[in-house]
Formats: sequence, structure tokens, C-alpha cells
Amino acid sequence: MIRLVLRGREPRWLAPLLVGCAVVITYVLTAPLIRWAGANPMAAYRRYVITPLTTPVSIGEVLLTSTPLLFTGLAVAIAFRAGFYNIGAEGQFLVGAVAATWVGTTFDGVPAAAAIPFALVAGALAGALWILIPALLRVGFRIDEVVTTLLLNPVALLLVQGLLNGPWRNPVSQFPESAHIGPGFNFPTVIPGTRVHLGFAIAIVLAALAWLVLARTATGLRMRAVGLSSTGARFNGVGVERTMLSSALVSGAIAGMGGVSQVCGLQRQLTGEISAGFGYTGIVVATLGALTPVGVVLVATLLGDIVVGADSASLVLQVPPQMGQVVTATLLLVTVGILVLRRYRPVVNRRRRTAETRAEVIPLEEVRQ
Amino acid sequence: MIDIADLLTAMFVSATVLVYASAGEVVTERAGVLNLGIEGTMYVGAFVGFTVADHTGSPWVGLGVAVAAGLVAAALMCLLTVTLGVNQHVSGIGTTLLLIAVCDYSNRLLYGGGQLVQVKTFPVLFKDTPVASQYLLTYIGFLVLVPFLAWLLTRTGFGLRIRAVGENPEAADVAGISVARTRYAALLIGGALMAVAGAFLTLAMVGTFTLNITAGRGWVAIALVIFGRWRIWGAVAGALLFAGVDALQLQLAITETFAHVPREIMIAMPYLVVIAALAASGRNVAYPGAYLKPYRRI
Repeated sequence: MIRLVLRGREPRWLAPLLVGCAVVITYVLTAPLIRWAGANPMAAYRRYVITPLTTPVSIGEVLLTSTPLLFTGLAVAIAFRAGFYNIGAEGQFLVGAVAATWVGTTFDGVPAAAAIPFALVAGALAGALWILIPALLRVGFRIDEVVTTLLLNPVALLLVQGLLNGPWRNPVSQFPESAHIGPGFNFPTVIPGTRVHLGFAIAIVLAALAWLVLARTATGLRMRAVGLSSTGARFNGVGVERTMLSSALVSGAIAGMGGVSQVCGLQRQLTGEISAGFGYTGIVVATLGALTPVGVVLVATLLGDIVVGADSASLVLQVPPQMGQVVTATLLLVTVGILVLRRYRPVVNRRRRTAETRAEVIPLEEVRQ
Repeated sequence: MIDIADLLTAMFVSATVLVYASAGEVVTERAGVLNLGIEGTMYVGAFVGFTVADHTGSPWVGLGVAVAAGLVAAALMCLLTVTLGVNQHVSGIGTTLLLIAVCDYSNRLLYGGGQLVQVKTFPVLFKDTPVASQYLLTYIGFLVLVPFLAWLLTRTGFGLRIRAVGENPEAADVAGISVARTRYAALLIGGALMAVAGAFLTLAMVGTFTLNITAGRGWVAIALVIFGRWRIWGAVAGALLFAGVDALQLQLAITETFAHVPREIMIAMPYLVVIAALAASGRNVAYPGAYLKPYRRI
């Protein structure tokens, strides 16, 4: 009989090993579904992970696909770090896209130097505005932000659909899609020969800034303190409400800029499919990235890789592209589940309890986390 | 002109989904576990109920298999939140994402995506009587399930154990209650009810399965639980409020005054009303003592 016993210190190799195990388990769990579609799981996974990284153009596509996930992942990570469970990045992303479309189609003659910052500010404001009510309800009246941010997601989607079916409907084709934004608003390409646009560069800069603030400034320390223990932070003189509110607003603003990046960098217009669940996937990105900006960048790239791979696999192997989401969600659940085991070590059970098999003495706070 | 009888009929149909879902979530949260997998569990109930009904021709078989699928979904949440003690926000959203993705994937393989297959829906009782012409599941939900669950939670030993592990698991454990087993039971009951809610969407209200069929109703149910302060009857009141606004917007949309108001604004109304109701009534509410906290003996 093998028992699990709390361990005092975690060896450095353990977390990477467990993540490796999580990848293998994810493969084993998803393989039957791929086989059901009539494809070889090994071939499908090669297509998901390896194929997109083989040519410069497809690497460009991976970076392009990961761009919205960088924004939403960063937005979620910042809010979660400060203990604000923003599950509404989807809605904030959508209203950011709406704002970018509005300024892009209304002021379509503005030159690029002014237009791009203008669109970004508009999107950031829209995203921050969308999170403002949940944030105020949270810090003012302790109303659960999870529920209110979640409920605003369908509302944001209805806003997009309402605009596209109503005032913004394409007058020529009658399709529910907006007019194109002015040429000044188009994000320039940053890597020649690919479709990678300014939005990717902005996301990377934001990630670097987020790292700097979180890891190297007093503001970041206050945010992390509020997230870890708001009571403890309060006793140490941190303005918990103010920190949480500003983190939430920054989070909404970043998610909103993600919407701007998707409109100005890729689609050039608003459509009902502007967000393929990027806000929700952002939660996966932030969690798997351990709520750190570096982790967010790595995981967003990996998920971009899988999405590009899933699209090509659906064409070549006839595996529906939704498999990308299945793999992503399975990987998330298996990883967070298996990482719990970090805190334990297996012990072969002896007949008598010896000093060795007893739990090592750990401060209570560490166990509770 | 608004037809009050039609309004009430539509209100009870649309409230049924929320009654089952929020009743399930009340039981779960009373045991101290937030099940954000509710949206995905409802989606699975809707999809499995539809698919099985399509293949067997019987909505009742569809409902039964949907419940079984809901139990599997709940077992996944049990493993993650109770046994492993993973963060409940992350495991719930992850479960929802996974379940929706698996359903959409299966839907694509089974139906090629796109075209609508109609299935036989549940029969309507008292067909010609206004307001009373409802599905059997609506009657069961309001007249049997809700009083039963309210009685179960407040008047029985099992209900007391659920509330005990949700308020103070350490004390419950010392008193000899198995925290894990009780939370498992609560999550499984909740999962079954959420699946019924989803199956009601496809097998009664719509008669087919479309992508995003739950449209955030699971999130509404979670809001209703807070609005109802973790009481079954409170959640039912909230469900009637949401469904009432929902039915009203459908009725208003065909009146002259509101005909030019975009349909999407009307559809968004119930969501905004729920947020407003939370803002008005949800201030400083007392959450279950062990809400979001995994329990492990030290």
C-alpha cells in the first residue's frame, strides 16, 4: 500500500516532471476522441504541436493566433493576482472590439500616427468601463465579481450582434458585419512575410510591463498581497479596495485592447465571430502560466500552436477543429489536478508508523494554501 | 396588447430550466463547493438528451441518459475540487470549457454541424387550459422537487450534514461526518439536476440542439443562488423574476411600442435585471462558511 504524505520541501525537478506527466495523460485521454473521428492520434498530435512550427509562415500564423490570447491571458492573470476573479475578459474583449470599430469607421480619415493610439485608448476605456460595474459592486458591497463579470459576457455578445444586425449592418451585402475601418487604423505588420501585426508587439510590451510592475514595484507587491490575503494586506496598511479596483480596471483595459488588436490587426471590421472564446481561453492561459507574465507568453504561444494545428488537422485529417479546445481544456484540468501532488511524496506503507512516515512539520499557512 | 395568460405560460416554461439548475447549484454550494461547471453540465444535458432522444425516439430515455451524463460531469468536479482540492474557479471554468468543447466536437462528428434535426419533445399536460398547459417536468420541478429539496436541506439529517460540511468542515469532521462523501453526494445531486435543466432546453423548449444553446443560463443560475441567499425558495423566486422579464421581453417585442427596439437589447434585459437585483439585494450577504475552501485533514 502506498500512501501520500505531505512533504516539507519541494524538489526543483518535481513540477516539470508532473507537467510532463500531465501532457502524457492529456494525450491518453484525448486519443480515443481523435480515433473516433477516424484519424491516428499520433499523427493528429504531430499536426497540432509540431507541424505549425516547421515553416516561417506557419510560425507567423502561430504568433498571430496567440496574439488575442496574450491580451486576455495577461488581463486574467493581473486580476487573479490581485484576488479579483475576472471571468469576464470575453465581454471586455468584445466591447474593446466594438470601440475600435466605432472610432475606426467614424473617424476613418485620421492618419496612422494618431489613429492607432486613438483606437487603443478607446478599446482600453471600453474594456475598463465594462468591468467598472462588477468592480465597484465587489469593492463597495462585496458582491461576487465572478457572477457579475460572467453575466456581462452574454450582454456584450448581444451588443455586438445588435449593432451588426441593426445600425452597423453592411448596407451593400446585408451581411451582419460592419464597414471596414479607415486605412490609418490598420496595424502594420511587424514580421515581414507573415501576418503578425503590431498587436503582437503591443502584447509583448504589456507582458514585459506587467512583469516589471508585479515583480519589481511596490504596486505589484501590494497587488500580490491583496491576492494572497486581503486581511493580511489590510493589517499592513494596504488600500485593499483601491488596489483591487485598479487591478480590475487594468485587467479590463488590457482585455479591451485585445479586441482592438483583433479588429485593427486582423479582421479590419467587426463580425459576430470576432472572439472565438478568447476571454475564456484567457483563463486557461493565465492559470497554466501560473499567473505570471512569462508563463502567459509561453502558454499563449503553445495554445496558438495547437489552434493553428487543429485547423490544419481538420482539413487534412478530418478531425473537427473543436479538438483544439478539447485538448486545451483537458490539459488545463489534468495539469492543475496533477500539480496538487507536488505537495506530497509517496511512502510505502509499513505495518507500524515510524517517525519517517509521519507528515513532516509544516507551518499551517503553507498547508492551507 | 400583452396577454397575461401567455406571459405566465411562457414564464413558467422558461423558469423551469433555471429552477432545476439553481436548485442543483444551491445543494452544491450549501456543501461549500462552487460548481462553475454548471454551464457545461447543462450543455452536456442538452446535447446528450437530444442525441439519445434522436437515436431512440424517446425523450424520456434521452432524459435518463442526460442525467447519467450529468452525474459523470459532477464526478469530474468531485475529483478536482473535493479529492484534489483544486481552485474551484479554475476547475469549474475548465470543466465547462471541456464539456462544451467535447459536445461541439461530438455534434460535428454526429450531425456534421449546421443542419437542424427535430426530435420528439415531451408532451404538454392540460393542453387547452391557459397557464396550466405545461410540461410534466415543470410540474415536477415546482410542485415536487422544490418542496422536497427545501425539506431535505432544512429538515433532514442528510441536509444538516450538507450544511455542516459547507459551514464548518472541521467541526463536521470531528462530529463524525465524512466531509468528502457528503460533498460528493451534494455535487452529484446538483449535477443530475443541472443535466435535467439542460435536457429540458432541447427536449421541451427547443426540440433540437443548437450551438451555444445554454446561452449563459448556467451563469444566471449561479447569480440566482446568491440572490436567493442559498435557499431553494429564494432561488425559485429569482428564477421566476428572470423568466418573467424574459417572457415579458418576448411579448413586448411584438407590440407596437417596442417593435422598433432592437431584439438584442430586449434579450439582454433579463441578464441586466439579474445584475441589478444582485446589486440591490446581494450586499454583504453571508456566504456558506467554507465556500471555495477545500478541506483536508492535517
